[in-house]
Amino acid sequence: MFEILATMPLTPFVISFKLAGITTAILLFCSTFIAWYLSQSRSRFKPVFESITALPIVLPPSVIGFYILILLSHNSPLGAFMKEVFGIKMVFNFTGLIIASCIYSLPFMVQPLQSGFEALPKNMLEASYIAGKSKLSTLFRVALPNIKPSMMTAVVITFAHTVGEFGVVLMVGGSIPNQTKTASVAIYEMVEIMNYQGAHIYSGIMVLISFCVLLLVYIFNRKQNSHLGGLS
Amino acid sequence: MIEISIEKELLGSLGKMDLCVDLQIEKQSFVALSGQSGSGKTTLLRILAGLEKAKGRISVDQEVWLDQNVYRVPQKRGIGFVFQDYALFPNMSVLENLLFVKKDKVLAEQLLEMTELGELAHRKPATLSGGQKQRVSLCRAMMNRPKLLLMDEPLSALDPSMRTKLQHEILSLHKAFETTTIMVSHDPSEMYKLSSRVVVLSQGKIVQDGDAKSVLLRTQGSQKFSFEGELLDIVKVDVIYVAIVAIGQQIVEVVLDEGEAQNLRAGDTVNIGTKAFAPILHKK
Repeated sequence: MFEILATMPLTPFVISFKLAGITTAILLFCSTFIAWYLSQSRSRFKPVFESITALPIVLPPSVIGFYILILLSHNSPLGAFMKEVFGIKMVFNFTGLIIASCIYSLPFMVQPLQSGFEALPKNMLEASYIAGKSKLSTLFRVALPNIKPSMMTAVVITFAHTVGEFGVVLMVGGSIPNQTKTASVAIYEMVEIMNYQGAHIYSGIMVLISFCVLLLVYIFNRKQNSHLGGLS
Repeated sequence: MIEISIEKELLGSLGKMDLCVDLQIEKQSFVALSGQSGSGKTTLLRILAGLEKAKGRISVDQEVWLDQNVYRVPQKRGIGFVFQDYALFPNMSVLENLLFVKKDKVLAEQLLEMTELGELAHRKPATLSGGQKQRVSLCRAMMNRPKLLLMDEPLSALDPSMRTKLQHEILSLHKAFETTTIMVSHDPSEMYKLSSRVVVLSQGKIVQDGDAKSVLLRTQGSQKFSFEGELLDIVKVDVIYVAIVAIGQQIVEVVLDEGEAQNLRAGDTVNIGTKAFAPILHKK
């Protein structure tokens, strides 16, 4: 068993987790502001913004992948601009994968954060405004520290979702070994060529890691809840 | 001097209603704001804090906080606000809650000493009792030495003995910091003890305004005393009728004749008073 493991390339896992880590970090930063805006907004356009951020949940990955390919390819204005000005190619490489993952996983970060913010007592935020603190300062010093369980959930679901991404990764990344071939794509290819032993090992590793991550989250959230004792 | 002249359309429990308030409040006075729920008390407080917008004008010591062209955000009003449900920051300790408003450790410690919270300075709010939480909230509101202190039913969630204790603390802080204080309250004894002026709102309008005694005393003419209560039941005993009336936390019996009994129904709001006899007061 261990001999087989040692001979199997583990790069697909490295790529998967590197992709998920970077995507999660970028999204955590951006989504905090998006979720905060959505939770506090009373604009009549709010449902429009909410629908746009939720779109990736509903759309088939192939549709998202298709549009991202169109948007980023060197034939598009954006793709051409990036290539000419910065010399960056954005499809069929790791950069493209990160951009695609950020779009694909956006709602999984925004939604838990938004519901966390919305569950905060309104009075608590108002008390902070009355104390002279700006919205931004209230976000970082009052709102975020009190939604740790929601943040944890958002981070883990986004990370897990990006690790599990398949359709978009295949379309935008192609399946270039050591560059864009993630674990999920590698498993698909092994099944295609009937390498069931390899598929078993890769899939087994995925199940094990996913379970451990989820277990840690639930233990963390349980500790947080008993520690904060609810909001009051 | 605080001058308020505001108007706002509200959606109350009885449909649309106009909140329409004209008030002048002297510096350093203690005003109790009373009235049935849905009469616009809390909204008035929130408009003063800048948490809700309204038409009209608010000026405090010649500074305009609100008029056609001005809307001063809550951050810039320098007020203190005590919420009914405390609204403390659960992620911060008692001391941190205070220092969040202003990094003035000397003042924070002085306030905590005044309210006997010194020993709890490093505890998180979740581990405190209701009375302790409300004291922290009160201290926090005083941290920027507010010219105007607004309190929205600060004591209504607390038990009677804790209320009395906190009433004293509110009064001593009001005096020590020379603030102008507006407090929403339903409790007549609390209003009498604390306030120099009572304003009663009904359906968004001021219906009574005066010193605590003239507004709160319910006796008319030669009545020695008079209580408002809710008629719970009328029981026929032989030839007389006995009305069971709830006054505050107590239930009393009053004898009625047949004519009186026929005009009353359970659930009616009634006044109980007496004229002929002087009431007797005993120390318990």
